[in-house]
Order: sequence, then C-alpha cells, then structure tokens
Amino acid sequence: MYWYSIKTMIGRELLIAARYPAEVLNPLVFFLMVVTLFPLGISPEPEFLAKIAGPVIWIAALLAMMLSLDSLFKNDFDDGSLAQLLITPSPLAVLILVKVLTHWFTTVFPIILLAPLLGAMLQLPAEGYRALLLTLLLGTPIISLIGAIGAALTVGLHRGGVLLSLIVLPLFIPILVFGTGAIEAATLAMQYNGQLAMLSAMLLIALLVTPIATAAALKISINN
Amino acid sequence: MGLAFAPADYQQGNSFRIMYIHVPAAILAQSCYMSMSVAGAVVLIWRIKLAEMVLKCIAPFGASVTFLALVTGGIWGYPTWGTWWVWDARSTSMLILLFLYFGVIALQAAIANPSGAARAGALLALVGVVNIPIIKYSVEWWNTLHQPATFTLTEKPAMPVEMWLPLLIMVLAFYLIFTVVLIMRTRNEILVREHKTNWVRKLVEASGSTNSSNTGTPAGHNGSGQ
Repeated sequence: MYWYSIKTMIGRELLIAARYPAEVLNPLVFFLMVVTLFPLGISPEPEFLAKIAGPVIWIAALLAMMLSLDSLFKNDFDDGSLAQLLITPSPLAVLILVKVLTHWFTTVFPIILLAPLLGAMLQLPAEGYRALLLTLLLGTPIISLIGAIGAALTVGLHRGGVLLSLIVLPLFIPILVFGTGAIEAATLAMQYNGQLAMLSAMLLIALLVTPIATAAALKISINN
Repeated sequence: MGLAFAPADYQQGNSFRIMYIHVPAAILAQSCYMSMSVAGAVVLIWRIKLAEMVLKCIAPFGASVTFLALVTGGIWGYPTWGTWWVWDARSTSMLILLFLYFGVIALQAAIANPSGAARAGALLALVGVVNIPIIKYSVEWWNTLHQPATFTLTEKPAMPVEMWLPLLIMVLAFYLIFTVVLIMRTRNEILVREHKTNWVRKLVEASGSTNSSNTGTPAGHNGSGQ
C-alpha cells in the first residue's frame, strides 16, 4: 500500500503549516473582519442579527476559504515540489486527497472552531449552534475539494487569485443553500436531517470524484 | 416571425411576444453548455484539436445567449410581473449558468497556450455540467423554502397552435443560428490557430488576389471575423 507516502504527505503539510503560521492565521483574521462588517454595515439590532447570523458566518467562512485555497498548490508549484509530486509512483489522486484534507484541517478547522464565538456575537439562537457546526463540518470539506480543482487549474497563472474565485464560487451555491437552510430550520425548531443528508451525500461524491479531476487539472497546468 | 403572426395574448396583450426571443434563448443557453461540455469531453478523452477550437467558440456564444435570455426575461417581467428581476428558481439558475460561462471564458483567456487553455476550459466545463443539476435542484429547493412562488412561467394557460407553432419555429431558428455562427467562428479559429501553415497562407494569398476589394467576406482572413 501507499501508507508511507500518505504519512509523509501529512507530516510535510503539517510541518509547513507550523512553519508558516500566517497561512493559518490570516484567513482566520479575515473571517473575523468580514463578520464584523455585517453588524456595522447593516444593523446591530439583535433580532435582525439573529436572523442573518447563520448565512453571514457561512458566507464569511466561504470567502476566508477562498483566500486559503489560492495557496493550496501555489508554493509547491513555485518551488518545484508539485512537479515532483506528479512523477511519484503513488497514485496522484490519493496523494491529492490527503493533501487537500490536511490543508482543510490546518486552515479551515480553526475557522470552524471560531464560528460559535462569532455566532454568539451575532446573537445566533441557541438551537442554531449544533446545526452551524454540523453544516460547517460537512460543507467546508466539499468546498476545499471542489476548490482544489480550481486551484489546480489556476496554479501557474499570474492573476490566479481572482480567477480562482470566479470559476469556483458558482459551484459552491448548493453547499451554501443547504448549509444555511439547515441552520434556518434549526432556529425555527424544525428537522434538518434532510439538509445534513444532502451535504453528506455531496461530501461523499466530492471525496470520490474531485481528487481525480484535481489530478487531471494539475497535469494540464504543469504542461502549460 | 412569431412577432408578426401570433395572436395577442388575452391577458398580456402584445408584450408576451418577447417570449419568441426569450424562450428559444433560454433553451439554447442550456444546450450550448451541454454541447460545450461534450466538446470538452472530446478534448480530454481523444485530444482532438478541432474540439478544442469548437469549445473555445461555443463559450462566448453561450454566454451571450444566456445574457439575452436574462435581459429579455427582465423586459418581459416588467409589464407582466411589475418588476425587472425576481429571485425565482429559474432566473437564479440562469444567472448561475451565466457565471459558469464567465468562468470558462475567463479561464481560457488567462492561459496563453491555446491547447492548454482549451483543456483547462474543458475540465471546468465538465465539472460545471456535473454541478448544473445539483445547482438547479438546490436553487429550486431554496426558492420554495424562502418565498412561496407567487408567479411562475409554467402556470400559464396552455398555448393555442397559433402561439406555439411560431415558438417551435423560433426555437429551431435559434438552433440554426447557433450552428451557423459556430461553424463560422470555428472556421475563423482554425485559420487563426493554423496561421503559420502553408495552406492558410496559400488561401489568404489566393483570396487576397481575387477579391481584395471585397470587405464583406465572411469569417475574416486575418482573425477579424467577429
């Protein structure tokens, strides 16, 4: 099996994240700032904030993830280790899956941990927290996995950042719809198993399919 | 066509005639994306160069048809619904379709190598086509949750023959326009892409000597066909 290369990949990604804490902290601070803009820009009224808390946290998390996705393959591309990754004997899709999930753990998991605190600041009703955490835990890996395709397609380009957002944001709409739908249902004391089931199904499909597409995209980008 | 021959609608008067542009444009917008992703699959699986060119040529046409469908929808919506834009499921998924087209166009424009650009665009088109049903159903679900649909396009009374026959002809006409424009654009793209080869040079020299004064020749000799 390929346990050795998988272990090496996880260790390498964690080490890089530890050496460059800014990669982890910057999206987190951005997340905090975007959420702060909403009460300032719309209204600090508690009843109003309670209504928009779930969607605002979701959209802010989405935007913060876009920032970190840009760097998913960029540094590896610049220093040449991405080209080395493509010629390893281990299956590329598996390594990419490991890399994306490790990247999710180092950059997105802190965002999820911060989300309940922001929920409290936005007066999210108590029933909403469980749904908020569950939808973020199920939904953000899908965003990472789909976003990895976009990051792979734009990795060699100079203006990659904006282009990346442009090509992948439309693909995130279903996840946003089901994520915020579940939170809204939860705050109205309704069942939200259906939305969670949809998110889980999308996550399983994304886990199976997107690493293959990302591998193909990386091969295209490297050859450009 | 349908503008002249179809009778006026008893509820909407003459304003409904924009349907003969709106509906074919909307149908074509989706077909364009499908054909673009089919071309994309051909690019990625068989690596046929012609499919790369077709893919590049469909994307702007598809985006403009989608835009046309949205604009005519707004113009039609104003007298009938009293608003330019409603966040109903169909309008929203058309808007997202437009975003998907923009993504493919922008990605292709950003990559200098034409073959690489086409393959990147092909992959994105395929990812998009997998997502389109999911987006469509999620948007419909979202719409029914947030605002019960007060008016939908499907709730209209069944059309009489004098109305749907022109519509059918218009749909066919739109498909024919699409085919003609696609063939013309692809011909142009082939000439641009192969401009270093001998046969293109001979072709340009031959046409330049026979009708050099003729400015109306279709699908340009020097890449200015659009």
